[in-house]
Amino acid sequence: MAEKIKIAQYWGAGCGGCDVALLDIDAKILDVHAIAEVVFWPIGFDGKLHDIENMPDKSITVSFYNGAIRNSENEHVAKVLRQKSVIMISFGSCACYGGTPGLANVTNKQEVFQTVYKDTQSTDNAAGVMPLTHSKVKEGELELPEFYDTVKTLDEVVDVDYFMPGCPPTVNLIAMAVDAVAQHVTKGTPLPPKGAVIASDKTLCDECKRERVEKGRKIERIYQAYEITPDPKKCLLDQGIICIGPATRAGCGAMCPNAQMPCRGCMGPTKGVMEQGASMLSALSSLLGMTDSEAGLSEESIMNIMLQVKDPLGTFYAFTLPKSLLKRTVTEKKKKKTVT
Amino acid sequence: MSTDAAHKSASQGGNGGDEHFEPRILVFCCNWCSYAGADLAGVSRLQMPPYFRVIRTMCSARVDPEFIMRAFQKGADGVLVAGCHPADCHYIGGNYRTRRRMALMKVLLQQFGFDPDRLRLEWVSAGEGEKFQKTIIEFTNTIKELGVSPMKGGE
Repeated sequence: MAEKIKIAQYWGAGCGGCDVALLDIDAKILDVHAIAEVVFWPIGFDGKLHDIENMPDKSITVSFYNGAIRNSENEHVAKVLRQKSVIMISFGSCACYGGTPGLANVTNKQEVFQTVYKDTQSTDNAAGVMPLTHSKVKEGELELPEFYDTVKTLDEVVDVDYFMPGCPPTVNLIAMAVDAVAQHVTKGTPLPPKGAVIASDKTLCDECKRERVEKGRKIERIYQAYEITPDPKKCLLDQGIICIGPATRAGCGAMCPNAQMPCRGCMGPTKGVMEQGASMLSALSSLLGMTDSEAGLSEESIMNIMLQVKDPLGTFYAFTLPKSLLKRTVTEKKKKKTVT
Repeated sequence: MSTDAAHKSASQGGNGGDEHFEPRILVFCCNWCSYAGADLAGVSRLQMPPYFRVIRTMCSARVDPEFIMRAFQKGADGVLVAGCHPADCHYIGGNYRTRRRMALMKVLLQQFGFDPDRLRLEWVSAGEGEKFQKTIIEFTNTIKELGVSPMKGGE
């Protein structure tokens, strides 16, 4: 091949796991090297953003953006890469759905700063110094990115071509994406339709090898994972461990349930579903504490059954809060009642 | 309840409510009981505050929690789900699922920052036109007291 294509990889609000995941494809990385030159990859080598900004538009073939949009820098780089790239891939759960950083949408900038720079036991900040976007020191003016109140997904700030969920995306999915791009570049094979999710369209349960009760399914009570040793063959949900599998997209090979850990939903909602949380709430509520004398149960006892689910928001939206319909928590003007 | 009394009790809206606040309330009615109950309330000319819109579903269990989230996202001030009484579901056990979901939905909505009273579940049979009227009046009053949804009027 005459000229190598250019690829970029950037991290927004993420943990770096996605960057490492790209290396997990082992020898396949040589295929990438054969056709591509990495022009920007902050975790891999020292590149300068202004070099990217000075490149002609659409000169990068593929950009992999991982991490959510947490501050103005994340957003700026996302926009630059979008402008310079032919294909923009939302890589990993944080970019696609907000991921773990997205859970910060239950709070806001002020509360986050208060906790991090004041309240934590290990913080010694008597002067109450808080990060500022601009601060003057004797050497000149320093600038920090602006921290947002609300964590956003990548597709909220730029147009995204493909979504690759997973925390991080698994090796086979990355290999699939790399292959698709390589085939396209070398042989002209058409790419998947824009907006495609590089994963399966089925639910995780479809891939899971555990046996589930097919008829008369019900969950007696909820157990926290540490409370019981689950039967290694039976469905975790049937055993009372909350597994988000029924509301989660397949494609990861159900690695967690197969390793005795319940699914936490990093692959996001299944095709056609907007709310992974609502979907899981629906699935779990239909099974929990069903008895043969339902008509006689009081509303109060129903509430007590459901209160076994300790933290529905944190459990059902562990990876998708910024992508949910409500996106973040709100504040009632008047003092509100509580359920419990 | 007479026309005047119904409107008065709804428009007063409890203490501290905005006098001019016209809430937007979404009501899901199941096809077999509650929609017929609402219909009965209508043909009986029972007077109700006019701030609600009814969506008919085949069963109250057809009300996906996602529908409720979408209603609140779109700015609904309150959502009422009405279904058949326990032991009366046309599909045997749909309403048992519904009440579990609604219980957990209340906890979830509370975590999202909403007052859980913005979501209400009520059993209304085909013969209970008056209960439908009473429920609508009560719920409208509750919502008037709570005020505009925090999705639009809050922070």
